[in-house]
Amino acid sequence: MMTLFGDPAIWLPIVFAGLMGLSILIYVILDGFDLGVGVLFPMARENEKDIMIASIGPFWDANETWLVLAIGLLLVAFPTAHGAILTALYLPVAIMLIGLILRGVAFEFRVKAPEEWRRFWNRSFFVGSLMTTLSQGFMLGIYIMGLEYTATSVAFAVLTAACLTLAYAFIGSAWLIHKMADDFQRRAVRWAQRALVGVVVGLGAVSIVTPLVSARVAEKWFSFPELMLLAPLPLMCGALIVLLWMALRALPTPDDRWNWFPFAAAIVLFTLAFFGLAYSFYPYVVLDQLTIYEAASAPESLIIILFGALFVLPMILGYTVLAYTVFRGKAQALTYY
Amino acid sequence: MMDTLLLSRIQFGANISFHILFPTITIALGWVLLFFKLRFNATGNMKWMDAYRFWVKVFALSFAMGVVSGITMSFQFGTNWPGFMETVGNVAGPLLAYEVLTAFFLEAVFLGIMLFGWNRVPGWLHTLATFLVAFGTTMSAFWIIVLNSWMHTPAGYEVIDGVVHATDWAAIIFNPSMPYRLTHMLLASGLTVAFLIAGLSAFRMLIGDRSEAVKNQLKVGAMMGALLIPVQILAGDMHGLNTLEHQPAKVAAMEGNWETDEGVPLLLFAIPDQEARENRMEIAIPYGASLILTHELDGEVPGLNDFVTEEGEILHPRVAPVFYGFRVMVGTGMAMLLLSWAAVAMMARKRTAEDGTRVCRGADGIGRPMLYAFVAMTFSGWLATLAGWYVTEIGRQPWLVQGVLQTKDAVAQVPSGMVLSTLIAYLAVYAVLTVTYVLVLFFLARRASKGERMRNFERPRSGAAVIPAE
Repeated sequence: MMTLFGDPAIWLPIVFAGLMGLSILIYVILDGFDLGVGVLFPMARENEKDIMIASIGPFWDANETWLVLAIGLLLVAFPTAHGAILTALYLPVAIMLIGLILRGVAFEFRVKAPEEWRRFWNRSFFVGSLMTTLSQGFMLGIYIMGLEYTATSVAFAVLTAACLTLAYAFIGSAWLIHKMADDFQRRAVRWAQRALVGVVVGLGAVSIVTPLVSARVAEKWFSFPELMLLAPLPLMCGALIVLLWMALRALPTPDDRWNWFPFAAAIVLFTLAFFGLAYSFYPYVVLDQLTIYEAASAPESLIIILFGALFVLPMILGYTVLAYTVFRGKAQALTYY
Repeated sequence: MMDTLLLSRIQFGANISFHILFPTITIALGWVLLFFKLRFNATGNMKWMDAYRFWVKVFALSFAMGVVSGITMSFQFGTNWPGFMETVGNVAGPLLAYEVLTAFFLEAVFLGIMLFGWNRVPGWLHTLATFLVAFGTTMSAFWIIVLNSWMHTPAGYEVIDGVVHATDWAAIIFNPSMPYRLTHMLLASGLTVAFLIAGLSAFRMLIGDRSEAVKNQLKVGAMMGALLIPVQILAGDMHGLNTLEHQPAKVAAMEGNWETDEGVPLLLFAIPDQEARENRMEIAIPYGASLILTHELDGEVPGLNDFVTEEGEILHPRVAPVFYGFRVMVGTGMAMLLLSWAAVAMMARKRTAEDGTRVCRGADGIGRPMLYAFVAMTFSGWLATLAGWYVTEIGRQPWLVQGVLQTKDAVAQVPSGMVLSTLIAYLAVYAVLTVTYVLVLFFLARRASKGERMRNFERPRSGAAVIPAE
């Protein structure tokens, strides 16, 4: 069975790297918008905060689960890399975890605790979201720099921390443009415009730095014919950004059409950026140090998971779609249990 | 300055202690909510809806606490214990992956529908969502207990070049201690929830809420406790016998027994001294330990001195925490037995109704002293569960995976200062959250008793509908 598709030691690591990449991508998009809403939280007026929370309340928990799946797949499929990456990122991981704790419990405490505590939990929701996005951006930067802490790599990581936070704020405001109406929607459009600048800076910085750090990455991108084959990727990114810029100037439209466009475009943009990064890294799981083949665990254990994943992932995607369908439409101050 | 190993152990211990509090509530509370929902569907009686509406708040809060602390644990495998996955990842990995795939997503997605979908989905789908959340929570417990049991009684594997490889998944999943450990944990969750429900309901009665709904909840909690505690005592005894077979060093520490002997007494109290390798101030029942563990008066009980190598390396756990932890757990269980049975006896007493018939007094039969006792025991389940976890987890030391991997060989070589600083941060967050959680539970009970119950609550309808403001 295992040899049916050739040597599993070759294709299993690729499959699992793909599954892990897919989980990270879905995580960044899904938890991205609710983290972004958290980052934008202080910019909303007091009476709008409940609606803002209601727009992500039914989803945030399931969104965050994709992070657990991604980290689970990393530790399952690439245990050596898991140890190396997480030990190197010890402090930012701790900051992210405390951020996730603070914001996760704030959803509940801000409505269940006595009224006079609400300001505290509202602030925890914002601070927790911000800690999470900044530390994730910082980790991305350090990861791109080969998990080393030098003055340059830390400076770069600080830049990616700021840019990823703005990217989350961008997809968060795109979500709010879709879920909100009237004045709130208009302000969400303005937030999206400002955050988009950060996204452009971040994309640019990563695109410039990655080939500078690694000659191998530079070789992969800037040699012939790869250059021509890959050209559509940055071109599509550029075109999307222009389209987004024009759309954000036109929104909101009188009959509220096209309110979905910024969010859809954000998904495509994130996906393109993700593929660019994945192409740069492949086949390394730690840049230029450890390949997915060297880090992979035993095929017989991976096969067991793969069977489960192939059955269960479609179901998960199915009921995730169900949830988004149930809670479609404009957000309202939902009954909060 | 403490070393990285000890600090990492304290950090993980703090983490798991904080985490376990909340699944212990949600595992059983999910099923209790389903019970409330089904009773409401069947009878239409608002007292069941009141119960659902109140306890679903507690569930949502506990669930959020469990999720965020659980994520922390999944990361700490990598940050603090990379040797764990590198050595036994081939077994632990698939079990954890199955937990995420079969349980986490199910719970998380349908919890959204359960909490916010009341007016948006048909009633049957809301009930189904309640069931799926309860089912998912239990599945999650199942996979985690499977992995935890395997770490205590590993089976179905072989070691090649220092790395564990799976050979028999059925043997791994149904490892020797799994059925006992799972039963013991599920019952512990049931008891925790029983006393939580009884405790908060007793609190509401004490502050003057004599509504049908609250009396009904007190009855449910007390009955649940009274029914589960004897089963738990039986299951605990069987689990103990299983541990004696597979982890005799742990049992020796639980009993505080230093020399392997026959006719060993049962120590009710003692101060074990690991350096002198003896106990001080023993209060004992002669032959008790032999009788309980072997069901014979002169049965042989293992002693701790058997688990010291000739080079002097100690291969048994630190005695004091295991010894005391066991006594706290059993003592709490005994208090649960006494209180819940006394309460059921008082509820069963008859009084003469207005029309002359004799009816049970129900929760009205429970006097104020006993209501105070229930309030005091609100979190007794937490106490017993934590004590039990310490017995079983510290009892496995110095092994991380019994006989396969020692704890000291799995720890990450990160600077101790880094572990210490994050430990302090985690402890501060955990302390604040635990205190807040307990305060909020009582606050919710007080608020619910001030007539905030929703009388105009309607049966769920399909489609997007009018959403009542709370």
